[in-house]
Amino acid sequence: MSDITVPTPSNDAELVAAARAKATVFDIFLQFLIIGGTSFGGVVPYLREGLVTKNHWVDDKEFVELLSISQSLPGLNATNMAILLGDRLKGWLGAVAGIVGVCLPGGVLMLAVGMFYRIHGDHPYVTYMLKGVAAAAAGLLLATCIQLGKKSLSQRFDLVFVLITVLAVNRLHLGVPRTLLFVGLAAVLFHYPRKSEKESVSQ
Amino acid sequence: MNQLPILIRVFAYLSILTVGGGMAAFPEMEHLSVTVHQWMTSQQLVHMYSVGQLAPGPNMMMIVSIGDWAVWKASGSMVLGILGGLVVVLAFFGPTGLLALIVGRGWKKLEKWPWRLSIQQGLAPVSVGLLLAGTLSMAKTAVTGWTTGGIALAVLLTMMWRKVNPALLVLGGAVAGFIAFMPK
Repeated sequence: MSDITVPTPSNDAELVAAARAKATVFDIFLQFLIIGGTSFGGVVPYLREGLVTKNHWVDDKEFVELLSISQSLPGLNATNMAILLGDRLKGWLGAVAGIVGVCLPGGVLMLAVGMFYRIHGDHPYVTYMLKGVAAAAAGLLLATCIQLGKKSLSQRFDLVFVLITVLAVNRLHLGVPRTLLFVGLAAVLFHYPRKSEKESVSQ
Repeated sequence: MNQLPILIRVFAYLSILTVGGGMAAFPEMEHLSVTVHQWMTSQQLVHMYSVGQLAPGPNMMMIVSIGDWAVWKASGSMVLGILGGLVVVLAFFGPTGLLALIVGRGWKKLEKWPWRLSIQQGLAPVSVGLLLAGTLSMAKTAVTGWTTGGIALAVLLTMMWRKVNPALLVLGGAVAGFIAFMPK
């Protein structure tokens, strides 16, 4: 914070270290507030822009690592990233600043939208548009399923687990918790640690 | 007021189901909000979720409207409604936030654990399946005929072939819906 004449860092690691040392809890709040208020159509590119390109709080490698942790935990990418990054920078206070910032704009907006919908939701013009919006959202979600499947499935057989999960939830009405437990457990056991990985960790 | 403890219980529970994304919790959210507690109808829930795709930030912020709606309906008070929205956000992001904090701190150790990769690889197809299950239950309400089916398909194909901002496609859906359903 104190000296302005910091020599230009020679590499990414120094750049990140310098940027992290300067970051305050309020900086974290503000940056996530901006991300939360501008990330139309998906939060990940905006996260990268704000955290890697603009503020140098993480380099690309750590960003991808944090994103992969976010995606494998329950919770949303945006909020998990806010927690993980805020905590790495400024501990739990930074985490709270990040998650509050990222949720605030969308939350206030949706509160207002909900109130408007409550009053005008059955106006015919609104209904026509909402039918189109809901259909578009369904198409969008299906595209997300396909893209996520292409990116995250490690082998073709995994499609069997995808299918069993869908049937368990939508046909057998097993409920998400039991599906997660049974199908998740089976899938994890199916992907049990292979030899080469076991050997590298000798206890 | 007595809706608040119910909202906390429901959304803290939904929170831990969001494996792979918020939509994984949709079937359960629909069941609890529509059938069990009757805060809104399926159609209203799908509308709020869909409009929520136009909002920036985490894509499940429409939960605020559920909380607001549930308390407002029971109490008639706007202020308590807003409190309901706030309570829902805390309940929904609290448990997973705490988990992210703990796992994030222990990641250096977890990274070397041989089962870590197995868990990630195994949960991947289940996440996709849960997302797909959520999508299908949502689509059951959203896609009701040729017109809505056409809009959904157009968005899907555009997303697969072009890099377009999804929010613009949802806006396009609003325009298409307006033109298509407007009585001639």
